Amino acid sequence: MILAVPRCRRDRGGDDVGRGMAGVVLSVTDVHKSFGPVQALRGAELELRRGEIHALAGENGAGKSTLMHIIDGILQPDRGEIRLDGVPVRIPSPNAANRLGIGFVHQEISLCPEISVAENMFMAETGASRTWFMDYRSLAVRAERILREIGDIDPRRLAGDLSISQQQIVEIAKALTLDCRILILDEPTAALTEAEAQTLFRIMRRLADRGIAIIYISHRMAEIFEHCDRVTVMRDGCHIRTADIAAITPEEVVNSMVGRVLDKLYPPKQAPDARSDEVILSVRGLSEGRRVSNVSFDLRKGEILGLAGLIGAGRSEIVRAICRLEGKVSGEVFLRGRKLALRDYRDSIREGLVYVSEDRKGDGLFLNMSISSNVSALDVRRVSNRFGFISRHQELGRAEQFGSRLKLKFNRLDDPVNTLSGGNQQKVALARMLSVDPQVVFLDEPTRGVDVGAKAEIHRQIRDLANEGVGIVVISSELPELIGVSDRVLVVREGRIAGEVSGEDMTEERIMQLASIDSLAPRGAA
Amino acid sequence: MAMIETQRVGAAAERRAPWWIPAVKARETGLIVIIITLFTVMSFISPYFLTLDNLRAMAMAFAVESIVVVGMTILLISGGIDLSVGSVTALAMVVAGWLFLNGVDPWVAAALAIAVTACIGMFMGLLTTVVGLHHFIVSLGVMVIARGVCLLATGGRPLGLYSLPPEFKFIGQGAVYGIPLVLIIFAVVVISFDLLLRRTTAFRKVFYTGSNPKAAAYSGIRVRRVVFATTTLCSALCGIAGVIYMARFGSAQPSFGIGMELNVIAAAVIGGASLSGGTGTILGAILGAVLLSVVSSSLALLNVSVYWQDIIRGSILLTAVLFDHYLVKRRR
Repeated sequence: MILAVPRCRRDRGGDDVGRGMAGVVLSVTDVHKSFGPVQALRGAELELRRGEIHALAGENGAGKSTLMHIIDGILQPDRGEIRLDGVPVRIPSPNAANRLGIGFVHQEISLCPEISVAENMFMAETGASRTWFMDYRSLAVRAERILREIGDIDPRRLAGDLSISQQQIVEIAKALTLDCRILILDEPTAALTEAEAQTLFRIMRRLADRGIAIIYISHRMAEIFEHCDRVTVMRDGCHIRTADIAAITPEEVVNSMVGRVLDKLYPPKQAPDARSDEVILSVRGLSEGRRVSNVSFDLRKGEILGLAGLIGAGRSEIVRAICRLEGKVSGEVFLRGRKLALRDYRDSIREGLVYVSEDRKGDGLFLNMSISSNVSALDVRRVSNRFGFISRHQELGRAEQFGSRLKLKFNRLDDPVNTLSGGNQQKVALARMLSVDPQVVFLDEPTRGVDVGAKAEIHRQIRDLANEGVGIVVISSELPELIGVSDRVLVVREGRIAGEVSGEDMTEERIMQLASIDSLAPRGAA
Repeated sequence: MAMIETQRVGAAAERRAPWWIPAVKARETGLIVIIITLFTVMSFISPYFLTLDNLRAMAMAFAVESIVVVGMTILLISGGIDLSVGSVTALAMVVAGWLFLNGVDPWVAAALAIAVTACIGMFMGLLTTVVGLHHFIVSLGVMVIARGVCLLATGGRPLGLYSLPPEFKFIGQGAVYGIPLVLIIFAVVVISFDLLLRRTTAFRKVFYTGSNPKAAAYSGIRVRRVVFATTTLCSALCGIAGVIYMARFGSAQPSFGIGMELNVIAAAVIGGASLSGGTGTILGAILGAVLLSVVSSSLALLNVSVYWQDIIRGSILLTAVLFDHYLVKRRR
């Protein structure tokens, strides 16, 4: 295994000389893209042939989406070259991409539910049209011609009345109206059942046989190996390898995906002999809808437990279910051996189970409110007297106490939170969690969008908190971080615990295998 | 380290600042300056402007409506809006008046009328929180229905309540030590709600809810209950205002308060409330109401046509909102 990859290895799997370059529709070479200090792409490459289904694999954050957005004209590369049929092109906008015959089916369905399938399919054309009146009949006829090939959907039906998989097919049909030669499918099976996914693959194959080149983004190794022709693996914004499916194994793909550079030092872990047998939190048979099924685990005193898994695997749903933050939850939760009867999140806070959201801006903080009122939001009564009057003195005092513990940098505690940097906003969220003296905390992506300095500080704080005896569950999509911070990692796949790793066993390869290889690996020791 | 040290010093200094400092934010100060300027200019232009009679008339004109402004501001902070305030105020008058004419004790009639408006608020609260309809549409429907009920019950004519006992009329017409009771009620309502809103945990939850309902739910706040409560409170305050109006006029007017909602929302927004929730103060909203009232009164004294008055009031509202928009934009 290669530990440090300072520069990208070029290991293009195009060594199959026989086919030559004739069939290449799209070739991307040495594309770079930065967002501020973050280098999302550093030398990405992709070669797409006519009529192939080409899988694009990589960990969360490997740069797949950025690359696809560049090909679709949503983003512009800092440098690098894109050639279509051997001719260098610039793709300034999604419209331009459409004109060049590039269709993008996004992960989220973006149909207008109140209008018909046909109108949805030809929305781009209608928007650009110079005629005054809609010609519904011709729309319906043309829509039917396209739909007949890929699925039996009546173009006159309203998009909102269709099932998710049918809507997915309409999305593809929408891309086909543009007469595309390249079709990008971003995790199209995420929301589909097994049978629906099979239908989708049949359609994909039919389109490929017609000569359309398909880029297929997926985390699921089984799908890639069953339905794709070639695979390109990306890591850290670099091209790692491209290979024919027949010439590579799922394990090799996974091993190329992982192995990111460890560039930080993490606080020392719990010493093996200091390990306590005292269980703080234990979860038994937790289920919630379709997203969490039969999850059981124990959290020991002084331990940091990591939850790994691909995006959408159900990690956040598990911890939110424990805190009663959503849905109808079944199963039992024990805090220090005592069974909890939680009805809602208020009860959970009262018992000391606190969740820190992954989405600071969306559902974490009150952005236009002051730092101090954000810190006291979990339980305002702690800074108020028994008549329900808030003591400004106490509120500021508490905010300052926890703020300085986390080394929060602020000007005035009355400033709104949206004047702070991402790292400091996250510290406000953590200060709020600390201010209620939690027993168990669930940190969902605690360092997302946080600069390196603040990140190290947050890691140190998490460890300190664990040493104080608070139970800690961390979710992170950055495997090196998760491995660096946790004493033990549970791997989540499709709402279940797929396996557990700790100590020497805690490697990116092992975790990714558990997280992504469905039927090809034995189920982990859950 | 040095930076952290100075920041801590800053925070400590802030803690020593008197409690009223945050009360006088830039917006309130700005509004006070504008109002004082207007007063000064008007007192030079019109000798009648700064007389006690005119001041009292102006105060009376917006004092009762300010009770509704209080309710609306709290509702706006929680992220809601209520277009039905004018009709509900009128309905409170009509209900109380009708009950009184049918032999009910005026105090009991007033209490029942306020209860009716509170029920209307609960009804709207249920539709918005449990069912999930939008405040705008729900209150638009209620606005029309309540007005219809008023007109139906009275045949469209005001109910003359000449036999109201003097003790009851005292609420609207009496004075204590020369200060109209209406103004005293106004002061008590405004000061107490301003204090409650700034200082109590219950009303802090209103801010959390309006600022970011999802984050509020993730902080264990029962968002729907909060919105239900603010919707109910707003309608109940309309009821109280309606009863005071009835005592003041000695009659129940089914067509009273048409267009009131716009005035009230404008006052709250000029005072710093936002239709997207999470911001606003009672003091600011009342200053907004004062400003609108002073402008109207000034324009009337200057013999400006009523039609111009509307145009000017609308322009003030838009100026305030634009001002806000650019301030917020710059801060981001």
